[in-house]
Amino acid sequence: MYSQGLIGADSSSEETPEFLAKFQERIDREEKIEPNDPMPSGYRKTLVRQIGQHAHSEIVGMLPEGNWITRAPTLRRKVALLAKVQDEGGHGLYLYSAAETLGVTRKQMTEELLSGKAKYSSIFNYPTPTWADMGAIGWLVDGAAIMNQIPLCRCSFGPYARAMVRVCKEESFHQRQGYEIMVTLAHGSPEQKEMAQDALNRWWWPSIMMFGPHDSDSTNSDQSMAWKIKRFTNDELRQKFVDATVPQAEYLGLTIPDPDLKWNADKNDGKGGYDFGPIDWNEFWTVVKGGGKMNVDRLSARNKAWDDGEWVRDAALAHAKKQAARKASTTLAAE
Amino acid sequence: MSDQNEIPLWEVFIRPRNGLSHRHCGSLHAADATMALNAARDVYTRRGEGQSVWVVPSAQITASDPAEKDENFEPAETKIYRHPTFYEVPEEVGHM
Repeated sequence: MYSQGLIGADSSSEETPEFLAKFQERIDREEKIEPNDPMPSGYRKTLVRQIGQHAHSEIVGMLPEGNWITRAPTLRRKVALLAKVQDEGGHGLYLYSAAETLGVTRKQMTEELLSGKAKYSSIFNYPTPTWADMGAIGWLVDGAAIMNQIPLCRCSFGPYARAMVRVCKEESFHQRQGYEIMVTLAHGSPEQKEMAQDALNRWWWPSIMMFGPHDSDSTNSDQSMAWKIKRFTNDELRQKFVDATVPQAEYLGLTIPDPDLKWNADKNDGKGGYDFGPIDWNEFWTVVKGGGKMNVDRLSARNKAWDDGEWVRDAALAHAKKQAARKASTTLAAE
Repeated sequence: MSDQNEIPLWEVFIRPRNGLSHRHCGSLHAADATMALNAARDVYTRRGEGQSVWVVPSAQITASDPAEKDENFEPAETKIYRHPTFYEVPEEVGHM
């Protein structure tokens, strides 16, 4: 999810070589960088972009699942889904706060999301036509997100790392609730199992793409690794995800839609891992650039929510100002 | 919207349980203190993280300058005589 924050990021810095070397030494000593510390402008820019896009992903990520809250099959499923979507809203807020410590305002970030200038994870531009999608999203999408986010808990920028610790703690319930839905469907009637397989078919490749372009095509990756914003490359994380997920699919008795998927005992320095087929990067870039099935819907839903909420924000501010003025005048009168 | 119409930022402090001090856990935007408290409860205590919440307008916090970190905090590091290990106590005396 976060790796997409680096697409097109400009991490160039104008600072002197001495300044950059001194900063790199701090990073190499595993010192955390805090908001008011001196930092290269490229480091700041990369983080503002990455954290902002990560936050937008959490906020837009509420939409595909929000779609099913009123139609969850049982009360147990409903409370779980509601809690998960609420968590995602919370995660967006932690992340916006972390980005704000770098000098960008909430208003700027909101405007960039609503205008379509800022990106969010491509995964949320896919539709959720069946209940099994709630299972597949929790299992695969949250699974992939966790793979990405756990190393971010050790990110060199303190506020981002701290936000990620909270997010990761909460996120593990998301993946488990999704897998539980998949287990129930996969062990249910033939129709239910077919529904689970159909969801896996549709979500597998988009989930694999969440890790972003191959390392060989990811131009900003090296600098982010050196600054310890990223700890693992896109391909390393993608491989970890595939290796962890294939046995889970086997348990479900479902088939991963990749004819080239096979065990390779020599992979991962002899520990073994799965080879997998080529990724359709045309699809990935089409979705990133706005051509996915749901890009237009997602942005219009966010814009509608923002516009519909305007009177609430205005009323809250007007009330606060009135209360403050009233308090000031009574204090004055008492004197 | 002018700056005056921005919804202000608040810092949130939570006491995980009685016996521990309130600890900074993040920030949020809210129009006034009551709404900040409500939002802090929703955003930061969804899993029993707290027994008590404080919210403080971020603009009210005065912070030390990181550029003056050395002047501020280095002197403490050179005063090793402020630590118990600086002093020698004969072994026969035992733990002190």
